[in-house]
Amino acid sequence: MRIDCPCCGARDIREFTYKGDALALDRPDPDAGDAAWSDYVHNRDNPAGITRELWYHDMGCTAWLVVTRDTRSHEIAAVDLASAVKEGVA
Amino acid sequence: MRFSALKILTEGLTGNKGWKPHWRDPEPKAEYDAIVIGGGGHGLSTAYYLAKNHGLRNVAVLEKGYIGGGNVGRNTTIVRANYFLPGNSEFYSHSLKLWEGLEEDLNYNVMHSQRGLINLFHSDGQRDAFARRGNAMINQGDDAILLDRDGVREILPYLDFDNARFPIYGGLYHPRGGTARHDAVAWGYARGADQRGVDLIQNCEVTGIDIENGQVTGVQTTRGAIRAKKVGLVVAGRSSQVAAMAGMRLPIESHVLQAFVTEGLKPVIDHVVSFGMGHFYISQSDKGGLVFGGDIDFYASYAQRGNLPMAEHVMEAGMALMPMIGKARVLRSWGGIMDMSPDGSPVIDATHIDGLFLNCGWCYGGFKAVPASGWCMAHLMATGTPHEHAAGFRLDRFETGRGLMDEEGTGAQHNLH
Ligand SMILES: Cc1cc2nc3c(=O)[nH]c(=O)nc-3n(C[C@H](O)[C@H](O)[C@H](O)COP(=O)(O)OP(=O)(O)OC[C@H]3O[C@@H](n4cnc5c(N)ncnc54)[C@H](O)[C@@H]3O)c2cc1C
Ligand SMILES: [Zn+2]
Repeated sequence: MRIDCPCCGARDIREFTYKGDALALDRPDPDAGDAAWSDYVHNRDNPAGITRELWYHDMGCTAWLVVTRDTRSHEIAAVDLASAVKEGVA
Repeated sequence: MRFSALKILTEGLTGNKGWKPHWRDPEPKAEYDAIVIGGGGHGLSTAYYLAKNHGLRNVAVLEKGYIGGGNVGRNTTIVRANYFLPGNSEFYSHSLKLWEGLEEDLNYNVMHSQRGLINLFHSDGQRDAFARRGNAMINQGDDAILLDRDGVREILPYLDFDNARFPIYGGLYHPRGGTARHDAVAWGYARGADQRGVDLIQNCEVTGIDIENGQVTGVQTTRGAIRAKKVGLVVAGRSSQVAAMAGMRLPIESHVLQAFVTEGLKPVIDHVVSFGMGHFYISQSDKGGLVFGGDIDFYASYAQRGNLPMAEHVMEAGMALMPMIGKARVLRSWGGIMDMSPDGSPVIDATHIDGLFLNCGWCYGGFKAVPASGWCMAHLMATGTPHEHAAGFRLDRFETGRGLMDEEGTGAQHNLH
């Protein structure tokens, strides 16, 4: 697998660290309650198909990336800077 | 059909023409007392013990592919009881005892071989951790011997004892650990369940779970609707998809774990050996192939195949530990989809839906659990209460934080196990 980092270009996955589902970009409200927080911390959609996840380019530009990927084929459809996704510009 | 020495002799002399299929291929009935979704090791053992221990014979196992096509036929077959934490310890101890009587119980040769397992350590800190683990194993009534460097050299003379980067300090030896033939375990349980009246329905994918007023009433499948008031969800890497049919989200991520096998060689590796400084463990199959693996690839996957970085890491770690294997040619590699839980320990529990029971979260270690998991899952489905040996495997432990079982001590979060 190679990830096409918006800053560095296509790089081997050895350069990246996997964080998991990109739901971290959408945290519940601080006082959303225990059930919402527990769901956020532990439960996952875990789709067999397209998923959005966070990867960290620690051996490159050190940016957090949102990678849109198919878990059945490992095919990557899009790579965006997490900061841009967070600000709604990607 | 039962196996006996006489039967094998007669068949041998008469051209092996009298062997019959090991189980029936029935049409699904309209209704069962209990349905088990998933014909892997855990689903088959659940059905077997439902019939054998609890007299529930009107039971179906629904398998979307064929019996033994999932992880139960893809694993590296290691069977051990060397867990550390209460909750896990008694469960795996119970499982190993069931393994020790399994062939007689099933009348099936699962080739369970207690060849001994050695986890190597390479630092003072690792030695202390393994000494502590060994004491926990002995307290549980299982066996553990702390070997020093010379003790390891005596039984594993082929290791690289001159490696300056990863010096071998010793190993934790678990003589009752070993391997078993994974396919035979699936087949043995399948035949045993079938003999007791369980219908094994293959090519039957569950596509929906019917729930009325908070009570499960049956399932929808590619072979029609089937009613049952008790349904067990035992689908390993596919747990999230099937649970979603009941409106549930699970604390599970599916990841790929790879394994490798070489061409057949004369006996060289007599035990199961694991490296403490990289992801590598190995044993030799009865056919002679060196069977080895490492860790998951560490990204969500349903592809049943992995990427090269972990393959390379496993080979490098193997070469660092036992350079002699460099001469062997790798024949095949493959992957299986692991139901990873946040704390690395499993779930065997009832759900908030009456009659719906959950068995998942086995991570990369569920083969050794096959007997005890079925035993405890059958108990739960038949009686409605958790079995004492699986009492810690509760689904709500993540929400409450009570009873988390994080063997590795890395934190009860996804992607850390
Ligand atoms: C490479 C590798 C090495 C491993 N090594 C070891 C080891 O050395 N020791 C150890 O203890 N464990 C090991 N494991 C882990 C172990 O194999 C698994 O934890 C265990 O097999 C999972 O339980 P199972 O046998 O029931 O799973 P599976 O055999 O995967 O059974 C689940 C079944 O559910 C079926 N299913 C899924 N969805 C549906 C549906 N909708 N309808 C009907 N059926 C469905 C699937 O087709 C499948 O047959 C390893 C795993 C892998 C992949
Ligand atoms: Zn980059």
